[in-house]
Amino acid sequence: MRILGLALGVICGIVQGAAAFAIEIEDHRHYAGTGERVLRIVSTTDLNVFEPYVTAFQGLRPDVSVDYTVVSSSELHRAMRAGAAFDLAMSSAMDLQFQLANDGFSRPYRSAATEALPDWARWRDLIFAFTTEPAVVVINSARFEGLELPATRQELIAVLRDNPERFSGAVGTYDVRDSGLGYLFATQEDRSSDAYWRLNEVMGRLGPRLYCCSSQMIDDVAQGRLAVAYNVLGSYADDRLAEDRSGRMQILRMQDFSNVMLRTVIVPATAEEIDAAGAMIDMLAGLGLRSQAGDWPLPALSQTGPRESSGFGPIRLGPGLMAYLDPLNRRAFLSEWENAMEQR
Amino acid sequence: MIETRSIGKRLTLLLAGVAALLSVLSWGMVTGLAREGAQRTQDNVLAASVTTIAETLRSEQGEVRLELPYAAFAMLGAISEDRVFYRVTAGDEILTGYDDLPAASPARPGQVVFDIADYRGVAIRMASIARLVLAGEGPVLVTVTVGQTRDGAGAIAAELSWLAAILAVVFFLVAVALSALVARTSLRPLNEIAAAMSRRGPSDLRPLSRPAPADLAPLLSALNRLMDRLRQSIRRSEDFIAEAAHRVRTPLATVRAQAEIALRSAKGDTEKERLRRIIRAVDESSRSAGQLLDHATVAYRTEDLAHDPLDLADLAARTVAAMEPTASMRDILLKLETEPARIAGDAILIENAIRNVLDNAIKYSPEETTVSLRITSAGDEARLTVRDQGPGLGDEPVEALTERFRRGQNTESIVGSGLGLTIAADVLRAHGGRLELGGNKNGRGGACVSLVLPLA
Repeated sequence: MRILGLALGVICGIVQGAAAFAIEIEDHRHYAGTGERVLRIVSTTDLNVFEPYVTAFQGLRPDVSVDYTVVSSSELHRAMRAGAAFDLAMSSAMDLQFQLANDGFSRPYRSAATEALPDWARWRDLIFAFTTEPAVVVINSARFEGLELPATRQELIAVLRDNPERFSGAVGTYDVRDSGLGYLFATQEDRSSDAYWRLNEVMGRLGPRLYCCSSQMIDDVAQGRLAVAYNVLGSYADDRLAEDRSGRMQILRMQDFSNVMLRTVIVPATAEEIDAAGAMIDMLAGLGLRSQAGDWPLPALSQTGPRESSGFGPIRLGPGLMAYLDPLNRRAFLSEWENAMEQR
Repeated sequence: MIETRSIGKRLTLLLAGVAALLSVLSWGMVTGLAREGAQRTQDNVLAASVTTIAETLRSEQGEVRLELPYAAFAMLGAISEDRVFYRVTAGDEILTGYDDLPAASPARPGQVVFDIADYRGVAIRMASIARLVLAGEGPVLVTVTVGQTRDGAGAIAAELSWLAAILAVVFFLVAVALSALVARTSLRPLNEIAAAMSRRGPSDLRPLSRPAPADLAPLLSALNRLMDRLRQSIRRSEDFIAEAAHRVRTPLATVRAQAEIALRSAKGDTEKERLRRIIRAVDESSRSAGQLLDHATVAYRTEDLAHDPLDLADLAARTVAAMEPTASMRDILLKLETEPARIAGDAILIENAIRNVLDNAIKYSPEETTVSLRITSAGDEARLTVRDQGPGLGDEPVEALTERFRRGQNTESIVGSGLGLTIAADVLRAHGGRLELGGNKNGRGGACVSLVLPLA
């Protein structure tokens, strides 16, 4: 229903806008508008998640066609640095987005809607956050039968350590080498919680399965291939839980500490449809500040349900994010991570 | 008098100019200090950042190792939203960071140096620190550089500068208001002296003896000396007139007596008529001399006016009694209606004034008429009204009629000096009263002269 009247784009290896660069594309769709103008969006947000936003945008600006490309966060970052031509870049990897803004790959945009955003949700009129999304643990409750559900990392460590035969090969998390968001979650957790490395040690002994993306992890939990998926995007998990019929999937929010990520958008320096990009940012910022949850796939900036009362603020949008992106730091972090994860 | 710009205005303008200069100066200084302060704040954060990174430098297996602490970057975002760039070099080799960052100025190891550079089209502030790390064959000089755009510092400085500008304008406006006040206050003694001078009566030539600032003392004493000279000069001329009148009167009396004797013994009508004319001329001269004497007396006595308690009715009655013979010679009836009216003043002067007015009335009245005098009090004023049935005063203003030696337009046929009303007016003015002239409102013409004096 949603895609009624929208032309289905052709998924191809090389997108028009990025003709000069080979970009590894995960998904692509073209939503035709009535006019000539095309808003080229490159994003890490899955197509089905973002489609309602495109529909809403074309309700406001029917003349603008939307060309939507889904890539991984590191791919997005690489493409932007290489000068790929897009009008809007949206990513869940705050650190990479921040670095793009800091290094001059985004252009400033200012409007009443962006002014209304809280200080922590924007930086220098270059980068704007429009969602707050927590990292959660998703479990298959069938695999936890007879066990007490963990509420903290300590308890999770204890459960995994005490039941190696049950969880062997059934633990999944991001491959932080590939996933920008996984790396962001991992480094922030390293900074905030000493339990992180002990959890990695325990997971490493169980032969963990490593993923690029939240949705695949959630799929595997739903189908019982995984018992535990650690550091999954809560917003995706919520959407999948709503569709899940088996009733075996469950979302756990760690009580000791929980990362909250901001999904951010920038206008790349290469953008041409500034006006349409600004209109999209205004719409997203407006939705980010909505007071009612509404029927949107992604949570608002201020959305605090009963689950979200952990009291942890979102990851700070600031130069601190650049510390872990430094090649030396990254190499050191990854080698430590590999040591912990790959014990077999 | 050529009027140049007032001292008050000049003083205000001068002070306002000084205030404007000071305002601009203080704004400039605050702006400079704000820029300096904002720059130092940024420098401190940058210095803390490079130092924190340099602390992690170490040598492992002959290689320089370091980690970039989260805090070293996070602190750069604490104050402002400025873009951050960094670089770490070991000798000539770039270990990490932005390799195109401009080179820092050389410094001794351990010392933080600051530079301003242009990077990717924007001005940045850089802090660098160098450390010697033992790696491989020998010590390697490792330089840590952290740069930040200057928008935050600029914004703080601009905001403070704007605030300083508003304060400077307020300061200026307050200073201008105070300048005007100061100018007015400083000029007050001068204005007071001017006001005291202009309040004085026309014949008041006493020295000014009010307290005055030292700056005004020369002006005041010069003024007093001038007035003293003027007074002496006037006194001399009054004395001269009095002396002259006195000297003239005695021989005139002799001439009159002789002329009367001659008249009695004269035979011919023409001769008699001639003698009468002589007598009349002598009378007029004598009266004029008397009035000149009166005038001198008035001028002399008003200088140091007595304030004796008097009854205007007594004075009027006495004057009427003295004038009775003159009036009866021409069959003029003097009618006096009095009521007691207490006044304060110099009896001789007031009698003099009444006599002059009455004399005028008798002189200008036709024979066999009545001159009436009436005293009334109204409010705090006593009023002696003298009415005659003569030709009236015409319609000239009081000022013109009381001018010295000035005579009304309708007096051609009667001799007179023109001093009578002047004397009366002078006396009344010296007593704080006034002379009022008016036509007789009884429908028969005639003059109506009122002597108005304040009641005691």
